[in-house]
Amino acid sequence: MAKVLMKGNEAIGEAAIRAGCKNYFAYPITPQSEVAEYLAKRLPEVGGVFLQGESEVAVGYMIFGAAGCGERVMTTSSSPGISLMSEALSYIAAAQCPAVFVNIMRGGPGLGGILPSQGDYFQAVKGGGHGDYHLLVFAPDGVQEAVEMTMNAFTLAEKYRGPVMILGDGMIGQMMEPVEFPDHLKSEPSNKDSWATSGMDKRKSDKRNLVRSLFLDPTELNQNNLTLKAKYDRMKKEEILYEGYNTDSEYKVLIVSYGTMSRVCKTAIDMMKEEGIEVGLLRPKTLFPFPEEAVFTAATKESCKAVISIEMSMGQMVEDVERCVKGQRKVDFYGECGGDIPTPEKIVEIIKGLL
Amino acid sequence: MGKTFSKPEALSSNMTHYCPGCTHGIVHRLVAEAIDELGIRGRTVGIAPVGCAVLCYNYFNFDFQEAAHGRAPAMATGIKRVRPDLIVFTYQGDGDLASIGMGEIIHAANRGEKFTTIFINNAIYGMTGGQMAPTTMPGQRATTAPTGRDTALTGMPIRMANLLKELVTPGYVTRQAVLNPKQINKAKKAIKKAFEYQVAGKCFSFVEVISTCPTNWGLTPLDALKWAEDTLLPYYELGDYKIPE
Repeated sequence: MAKVLMKGNEAIGEAAIRAGCKNYFAYPITPQSEVAEYLAKRLPEVGGVFLQGESEVAVGYMIFGAAGCGERVMTTSSSPGISLMSEALSYIAAAQCPAVFVNIMRGGPGLGGILPSQGDYFQAVKGGGHGDYHLLVFAPDGVQEAVEMTMNAFTLAEKYRGPVMILGDGMIGQMMEPVEFPDHLKSEPSNKDSWATSGMDKRKSDKRNLVRSLFLDPTELNQNNLTLKAKYDRMKKEEILYEGYNTDSEYKVLIVSYGTMSRVCKTAIDMMKEEGIEVGLLRPKTLFPFPEEAVFTAATKESCKAVISIEMSMGQMVEDVERCVKGQRKVDFYGECGGDIPTPEKIVEIIKGLL
Repeated sequence: MGKTFSKPEALSSNMTHYCPGCTHGIVHRLVAEAIDELGIRGRTVGIAPVGCAVLCYNYFNFDFQEAAHGRAPAMATGIKRVRPDLIVFTYQGDGDLASIGMGEIIHAANRGEKFTTIFINNAIYGMTGGQMAPTTMPGQRATTAPTGRDTALTGMPIRMANLLKELVTPGYVTRQAVLNPKQINKAKKAIKKAFEYQVAGKCFSFVEVISTCPTNWGLTPLDALKWAEDTLLPYYELGDYKIPE
């Protein structure tokens, strides 16, 4: 298919439809409202369901209900809205329902601002809601990847029977880039009849299904948590994605950066290369599962003397980078999160300071 | 003479955990009878609340989902919108629906979502141990209102059926009680009618049921029935509040 020029938020909406998701519930919030506006127009054209809920809290449970009866479903929001949906995320994870959540991050905490940020790393990767659960978290670095990851998210949500998050930022949501929609979707065999509340008649079964998260018996609750943990362990084996940039060189410094920030870092790396300074980049494309071994291997390359995590936050992913480097190298951090994205020149200055 | 009375197919054989004299069991049976009579068990999905009825799926025999506190109408919306062929109902208490879930029920009703809500109003929080509910009567003692509900501090009890009646969107809104056989028969008709409106794809349907909580009211089951008659019914008037055109 030919490339088209599309805004990130609209491309994410279109990607969902192409992935066979005909159900979308959302609440308006800047800087992602274009997803809702796009789908309000597009979904009726394809016989789908669009509903603007009364709050992000309610939307979280509309997603839960729809996912619980086995239908593909997505919502999109931005940071404060994701906080409100985090209650539902915990329940959806516990009840093992597949659903796709997109967070087009803006600055925080509180109302923060409406400009791009990566301040929700902890929320996305370490929990957000209560209890022992994880989301499978994708971090696109542009519109093309946002499309591919969104489309793939539905398959993986069903593979793991759990919520998958696309963690973008206001830049990815708002900018226009050429994008090509993949023709073929990976598919996994469906086991929905064994758990979804799709109605006994539809399943031609006299066994009813329950979607629940209450396990008053301690043995049963422990077992549910072990089941979830087994899924997260499997994700660590099968779903880790990352990219290396200039990592074939004898780099002295390794940058770890994701999403929009990683693109600025690539420009800085190219600028330094022209000056004869080699710097490598390890870009996690999945934030959970985190590319632990890849970060360790890249950080401990003989030529590499220092590691730095560069983020549009006050230092969140850096904690995972430190964990993965296991004290073998010093791990520095640089971040800005007011909405102004650090420039390549600033990155060059920071890196030179490490040499 | 053949069999004249039996357990509805839509009820399971499990023993309930409800206290002696609690009216949940009666309402469960009325819901199950209505589902059987309409032949919709194979396409029904119930939503359990948080509260005493959180485990009600153990007593019914069809698909069920369990919501967070107050969120059942949002879950029902999600299900009904993506699967309009399913028959969806929420079963909620007064803490769940009239306190933490007020936003969800109002907006679901106002959108005219085509599902049914069974609202158990016993003027108290049961499961958590007798705390004050939005429906607790003035002066009624609760564990968080030890000297009785002070309306100067907490306002007057919320009358959900009266409130939902005011929405301009068409719907079926009724208040029933299950304190004596006559009321139970009327409640049964109302519950069945609520499901019939849904089956016809007509409107949102809401059945408030005045119920008892002998344990947390500190009364015997019989005294609880009398207290409900004397204290709740004058304030929570029974009858149909809204009928769709």
